[in-house]
Amino acid sequence: MRTSVYLLSLFGATVVLALVLELLRRRHLRGKYAVLYLVLALGMVLLASVPTLLGSLASAVGVEVPANLLFFAALIVLLMVSMQLAYESGRLEEETRTLAEEVALMRLDVERLREQLHADGTHD
Amino acid sequence: MATGQTGRVLVVIPAFNEAGSVGTVVADVRDVLPLATILVVDDGSIDGTAAAARAAGAIVARLPFNLGVGGAMRTGYRFAERNGYEVAVQVDGDGQHDASYLPQLIDAVSQADVVIGARFAGEGDYAVRGPRVWAMRVLSRVVGRIVRAPLTDVTSGYRACSRRAIKVFSHHYPAEYLGDTVESLVIAHRAGLRVAQVPVAMRRRTTGLPSQSLLGSVTYLARACAALGFALIRRWPVPEEAT
Repeated sequence: MRTSVYLLSLFGATVVLALVLELLRRRHLRGKYAVLYLVLALGMVLLASVPTLLGSLASAVGVEVPANLLFFAALIVLLMVSMQLAYESGRLEEETRTLAEEVALMRLDVERLREQLHADGTHD
Repeated sequence: MATGQTGRVLVVIPAFNEAGSVGTVVADVRDVLPLATILVVDDGSIDGTAAAARAAGAIVARLPFNLGVGGAMRTGYRFAERNGYEVAVQVDGDGQHDASYLPQLIDAVSQADVVIGARFAGEGDYAVRGPRVWAMRVLSRVVGRIVRAPLTDVTSGYRACSRRAIKVFSHHYPAEYLGDTVESLVIAHRAGLRVAQVPVAMRRRTTGLPSQSLLGSVTYLARACAALGFALIRRWPVPEEAT
């Protein structure tokens, strides 16, 4: 493998790892996602720094072109991540909906209580 | 049975930008059911729907943003659940539902838990022709078979619910497309509720006529089948205690 490719992949993996760590440091990434992304970033760094690793992994599972193993793994990971996000956004949507309904009912309660107070002659 | 005047009745009117019609709807309901509580759920309107409803004498719950009919109705059912209403009736805010059928719907709640005010059951001259009506017929047949009741109009938003149905719907009333009509009937059936219908005549809608094309009807049926499938697959647990 040419040195430039080696350096490029190592650079890419390091940038991803740095990004994950920075997001984690700023508390933008919640724990359960952080673990997933940390593992992914570390795996990328490992594959980039040991170029023979992917080849031996591929031959171990019987994949002829090592890059195909990488693509397959990447697709699976991306699919899992997007399903995870769909699940989370669905849950958030349901929670938001419930809160909106509660807000509507509480506003109604407040308005009625206020009217009742005024009707009783108690001024605020 | 005394025409819904003895038990505590709540009429829920979901309204999204219906300032022009909601006042008349509230007044019509008030004429037919003077003792009922009328709750208008303002589904994030920006045209003074809430003020119009209040001026007509309804109490108004305002959602902070638009949730769709399902969200507005679940708000109504939650209100009914918490305030101990025996019957909750749903009437559209656009004026297509004739309030004079309300007593019949409410009376029928003694026989069933969810009573649909249905078109195409002999009452009125509501003429819908073409592929759209075939799609609605097929859908009604299928849903009717699932919930074991002869139904002709499962997409009607004119319905009355018993205390048991109020409890179920205060937890589950889907906000997705057709979730508030088709899916909610399947949920009711799966929760052990009885579904029935009463023939009604409906006024013609002035705005938002549904698509009449063949392609539109096929899409409609496909989406309805999806909603139906989801309703059959999903679990709908009803907690024992009130929220």
